[in-house]
Amino acid sequence: MNSEQSVNPEDAKQRILAALPVKVARKRSKAIVVNDGSGAIPEITVNSRTTPGMITMRGCAYAGCKGVILGPTRDVLSITHGPIGCGYYSWLTRRNQTRPPTPEDANYMTYSLSTDMQESEIVFGGEKKLAKAIDEAFELFHPKAIAVHATCPVGLIGDDIHRVTKEAQERLGIKVFGFSCEGYKGVSQSAGHHIANNQVFKHMVGTNDTVSASPFQVNLLGEYNIGGDSFVLEELFARCGFNLVSTFCGNSDHDSMCRAHTADLNLVMCHRSINYMADMMETKYGIPWIKVNFIGAAATAKSLRKIAKYFDNAGLMEQTEKVIAEEMTAVTTAQTIYKPRCEGKVCMMFVGGSRSHHYMELFNELGMKTVAAGYEFGHRDDYEGRNVIPSIVVDADSRNIESLKIEPDKARFRPRVTTEQKAKLTADGVDFKEYGGLMRDMPAGTLTIDEPSHHEVMELINIYHPDMFGAGIKEKYAIQKAGVPCLQIHSYDYGGPFAGFEGAINFYKEIDRMVNSRVWSHLNAPWQEQTEIIATFGR
Amino acid sequence: MRKVAIYGKGGIGKSTTTQNTVAALAEMGRRVLVVGCDPKADSTRLLLGGLAQRTVLDTLREEGEDVELDKVRKAGYGKTLCVESGGPEPGVGCAGRGIITAINLMEQLGGYETDVPLDYVFYDVLGDVVCGGFAMPMREGKAQEIYIVCSGEMMAMYAANNICKGIRKFADAGSVRLGGLICNSRMVDNERSMIEEFAKRLGTQMIHFLPRDNDVQRAEINKKTVIEWNPAVKQAEEYRALARAIDNNKMFVIPQPIGIEELEKILIEFGVLA
Repeated sequence: MNSEQSVNPEDAKQRILAALPVKVARKRSKAIVVNDGSGAIPEITVNSRTTPGMITMRGCAYAGCKGVILGPTRDVLSITHGPIGCGYYSWLTRRNQTRPPTPEDANYMTYSLSTDMQESEIVFGGEKKLAKAIDEAFELFHPKAIAVHATCPVGLIGDDIHRVTKEAQERLGIKVFGFSCEGYKGVSQSAGHHIANNQVFKHMVGTNDTVSASPFQVNLLGEYNIGGDSFVLEELFARCGFNLVSTFCGNSDHDSMCRAHTADLNLVMCHRSINYMADMMETKYGIPWIKVNFIGAAATAKSLRKIAKYFDNAGLMEQTEKVIAEEMTAVTTAQTIYKPRCEGKVCMMFVGGSRSHHYMELFNELGMKTVAAGYEFGHRDDYEGRNVIPSIVVDADSRNIESLKIEPDKARFRPRVTTEQKAKLTADGVDFKEYGGLMRDMPAGTLTIDEPSHHEVMELINIYHPDMFGAGIKEKYAIQKAGVPCLQIHSYDYGGPFAGFEGAINFYKEIDRMVNSRVWSHLNAPWQEQTEIIATFGR
Repeated sequence: MRKVAIYGKGGIGKSTTTQNTVAALAEMGRRVLVVGCDPKADSTRLLLGGLAQRTVLDTLREEGEDVELDKVRKAGYGKTLCVESGGPEPGVGCAGRGIITAINLMEQLGGYETDVPLDYVFYDVLGDVVCGGFAMPMREGKAQEIYIVCSGEMMAMYAANNICKGIRKFADAGSVRLGGLICNSRMVDNERSMIEEFAKRLGTQMIHFLPRDNDVQRAEINKKTVIEWNPAVKQAEEYRALARAIDNNKMFVIPQPIGIEELEKILIEFGVLA
């Protein structure tokens, strides 16, 4: 079906830009980069304001804070302060799963709590109603912690949620904290991630010094247990012998996050949404971090080896190799079935702030070609690698988001590795605090596009006729109407898990089902077959 | 029914001027409704003899949607009718949204319907046009003619020019027009000729020049308009003249706001150099 062989990426770029007004085209042309395969990574303009009028893929700061970071923790009760829509439409929509240890343990994720602000609260202020809502939630659930999320009108009328939460904390004797994650903050949901990182770090991390007796302790950061990904990884870690202190945030709970500072290594999955947390934990507690990727069988094996290498323990390394070998048998079998069916097919993907990079691994394992990829809310470091961080210009939109000043904790700071150990490990491939970014892995002749608009997506489909598309709910049905199957990489539609070895096999099956289904070729509108429709009016 | 809104810089004397002018109109036999659009709810106290009126928003908050009109609409001097929109305490909530809510509720309750048809409704609006809420009386045809209270002081003229920008924005899409500037004198040099010139540049008129007179303050201390307190004093006649001018006004324009440089030039020409 596809005709990408004949596509010149520069022509494709010009065709996408042709319909745009001059000024918009100039701005967009800096967000569309032709990858030349030379190894030199050009600068891409990202994390800047969406041009008004563009149908954007982005979400808002509230979505990034409540939906992404706080949402997947089962026993921190989230209250949305605002009119009902924000709370309602962020109700479990990312399919984060959770497993309380016993049926008696708290799980608030199936609830959606909101102050349901009315006109009267907009006029007279909503602080009293918020205080009442916190008390009511406490009476009903007696949670360990309550998180309050501000929506746009709260910022506009100036409700002081931090004073209300502080008073509630004193009144109720539990942890109550607020997030000023009004949707209009920043240019995308990325602002909300940062706001959430700050508050979780301030109010939770480091508040419980209970140290587990088990060795090889790690935190998994930026893994949100969509479709059960965390369950797969938890099992894998246990079999290898890694002890997971906490996950930020998937199948997560309050107490483990409060103990996160006792771990010996932080593993960063989604770089964009959680790198702040990893950096702050390193500065304050001395925990180093490495970038990992558990999407794709080879990437999973590589990441597991990297963790085992860090702990420098022969038994652990042996056990890890054994687990990898066991798992790879089924993976190899699955690859022999599905790779021939998918090989050479073309896909494109625009999702997340790290996900497009991760999922390229899986498409590569199927022999599929990712001809265009990008993020919705990535920053330059997610595209070009962390080495560009010092040269990123901090604009007014980013400056409006607080950056915490972190200093080493006098009592709790403890370097986990010596400088010599660190140097040796780095030479061995354990690259601390390093992320190379998406563009390094984009083959020559492909396009990197940041946050393509609806028009750009439709043009890409017209030009490349891809066999499948990875995006989110807002794009999904427009893409499918164009006869291209679309997988929601934010929520996995109804499927998953896609992480680890087991997840990779699930993914192969899912992609085979999508790209080899004949249903899409039948998706012709009546006017595509019969251009003229003749009819007469009745009297 | 003529729908009039009074705007102007904070502290310029909008509420005092409005109430005294309304009192003069009432004296002429006109039926007038005054709607105070200020969270402080002090736009009708001179007409009501110092009565602190229950505001629309307070009543709405305490009694829910089921508000009765006579709870929020009180009769004042000369059969005038008085309503205060009210609003939140300083520093909380959104006063602008409050004005919108209050005016909408007034309309739903039939606040403009009376046994004897009204000749005028006056909206007395807080300060400068600070947000969309305070522009409410200009929108959706709620007020058709605007009078701006100003003086020869730089900031008052600057505010008046800004308000003209607001009027212009809504005039293009609706029926709102500027009826003129009311100069509430602050004893600035050449104030009268300067405001006359300023009005001309804006494309409007100075509808009346109110001289400064301490009888206004004396009446206020007695919680009365000048007309009610002592109808014989000179200042009462000034308000009557303003009321007549408004009653007979035929000049309604879309104003042409001027640039800051031009505004400063007027000040220099008439103030400093003259």
